[in-house]
Amino acid sequence: MTFEQLIFYVLAGIAVIASLMMISVNNPVKAALWLVLAFIATAGVWITAQAEFLGIVLILVYAGAVMVLFLFVVMMLDINLVKLKEGFTRYLPIGVLASVAIFAMMYMVLGPAHFGLDKTGEPIKFSADHSNTTMLGLQLYTVHAYAFILAAVLLLVGIVAAIALTIRRRPTHEVLYQDIDKQVKVQAKDRFKMVKMKATKEEPIKKKKEDE
Amino acid sequence: MNFVIPDFMPAVPEIVLLALASFILIADTVWSKRYVNATYYATQFTLLLVGVLILASFTTDTVVTFDQSFVRDAFADVLKIFIVIVSLGVFLFSREYLKQNDFYKGEFFTLGLFAILGMFVMVSSYNFITLFVGLEIMSLAMYAMIAMQRDSSKATEAAIKYFVLGALATGLLLYGLSMIYGATGSLTIPEVKAIVEAGKADSVVLAFGVVFIVIGLGFKLGAVPFHMWVPDVYHGSPTAVTLFIGAAPKIAAFAIVYRLLVDGLPGLVIDWQPLLIIMAVLSMVVGTVIAIAQTNFKRLLAYSGIAHIGFLLLGFIAATPEGYSAAMFYVLVYALTSVAAFGMIIALARTGFEFDEIKDFKGLNQRNPWLAAMMLIIMFSMAGIPPFIGFYAKLVVLQEVITAGFVWLAIVGVVTAVAGAFYYLRVVKVMYFDSAEVEGELKATTKEMAVAVSVFSLALLVLGLMPAWLMSVAYNSLLV
Repeated sequence: MTFEQLIFYVLAGIAVIASLMMISVNNPVKAALWLVLAFIATAGVWITAQAEFLGIVLILVYAGAVMVLFLFVVMMLDINLVKLKEGFTRYLPIGVLASVAIFAMMYMVLGPAHFGLDKTGEPIKFSADHSNTTMLGLQLYTVHAYAFILAAVLLLVGIVAAIALTIRRRPTHEVLYQDIDKQVKVQAKDRFKMVKMKATKEEPIKKKKEDE
Repeated sequence: MNFVIPDFMPAVPEIVLLALASFILIADTVWSKRYVNATYYATQFTLLLVGVLILASFTTDTVVTFDQSFVRDAFADVLKIFIVIVSLGVFLFSREYLKQNDFYKGEFFTLGLFAILGMFVMVSSYNFITLFVGLEIMSLAMYAMIAMQRDSSKATEAAIKYFVLGALATGLLLYGLSMIYGATGSLTIPEVKAIVEAGKADSVVLAFGVVFIVIGLGFKLGAVPFHMWVPDVYHGSPTAVTLFIGAAPKIAAFAIVYRLLVDGLPGLVIDWQPLLIIMAVLSMVVGTVIAIAQTNFKRLLAYSGIAHIGFLLLGFIAATPEGYSAAMFYVLVYALTSVAAFGMIIALARTGFEFDEIKDFKGLNQRNPWLAAMMLIIMFSMAGIPPFIGFYAKLVVLQEVITAGFVWLAIVGVVTAVAGAFYYLRVVKVMYFDSAEVEGELKATTKEMAVAVSVFSLALLVLGLMPAWLMSVAYNSLLV
């Protein structure tokens, strides 16, 4: 076994164990942390495959940003685990049967018989000064420029959808809104009203009797 | 690396649609306060403009651009034009309904436009990545449109169900696509086709990928056994959104089935044909049988939609260019009919009264004979009774499936079509032979809607009297 293979098996092993722990632990916060570990191990695998940009992005974006957000959500929600686990033992046999069957089939198709080195060929090894970032950038902004723009549209739709679903304008009698149109258009006469009144003599205020 | 600026001309309709949709998105924040209808009119104008642009540059050649990610051919152009026609109708019906139900928002229209952009991308995709991203743009916009009626628990439930199952389907589809990529090493549909046909790819891995792709597509089409979401989503969504998701997305879903299975993987017809046969038979039988038991009209249309998808798949099972054309003809007819049917519900709905139970239609003939007659046309067309267009749609798919040698499938189709006629005719019976529970004339909400319902319904009759035109459109766009 070469040193490279050793690193791969260690990282892949960590990733598999972390994923298993992630779906089996009770505490959702711990599950999220296991997922972070799985991401980091996967990022390591990518880096050994000379895809260092993807590996770093995986750590920065997924482990750094997405999972932190997700942890916030998990901590805010009051999840009733007992209720979620209801019927677990009842469905367990069917679940195990289905997953074993699917795993067996996937192993037959995805195993070395179809994806072995003799089938796919050994991956190209790049020299140390090779930049994964440049290569990705070139692909992304030339060949896949159309898909890249579409991905931007997808994000835009996501933002519009999220805002449309969460913004709640309360009626104006409950909350005062700034209406910029109105503020710009306002003129002195709307705000300041001259009222002419005849001068009248005010009755002297009678002093109240202060009875003890 | 030398980079050539791609040819933007074939994609002008999409570019205009994206630009105007983004413009409306921003302009709406200003308009919405003073001119309530401005967003609506701008949306309809955008659709009209896009439709005109497509017609003006209509092409029967296959033009490929953006490094083989985008294809423009007669198939794409015809489907896009129909998506535009159907969506024009959808927005027309939606406006008044949204106002009545107090969730008239500019976002409904902009998300709708983005969903249509997603459909265009799907129809024109020549690459797995763009196909997938287009599908996601469309789906994401539709999830949000369903959930927009926040005060309705039914709509929220529908949105969650649609979202969860849609995400699952997307995952399955993506997994299948990644397998095809793994086996062929290419993401471009014509390249995949060439590699598969040359026998250079591992057939086991390809078959494995096809299974996942077909399952993912089955979810998106709403074919049995992946149909569970359809009735709940149709029923729970506000009718305007049901109208939207029940019509144009079916055309787009048909397009990706065609692009993936026929354009990309015709070499694997042996693998996907049996899967489609199972789905078609189950869809026709289950859709028809369960529809009989429905009392809610929207649920009835949902189950009938499942049965229609079964018929649509018959065209693919035939696996001939004529069969695909028949399927295309079927989906166009179905989209038009479905706009008319849901439009009818919207036209009759009032604030706080959805008019979506079958019993609401009792004695419609006494209350509004004209609309009852239109409803009669819609129901007859759905049931496949001549001379309405629905008859020819069923006729051609059955013909093609018989020509391909699947006589037993045609028999199943005919039997379910006859059984299906029962629940369509029941609506007709309720309208004409039951006495109205509520007296008094029942008018469509607005004149505009009455006209639109009449136009769509009469189109079913006129197209049925002259089926050659629409049929030749479908045939020419695939055979030329």
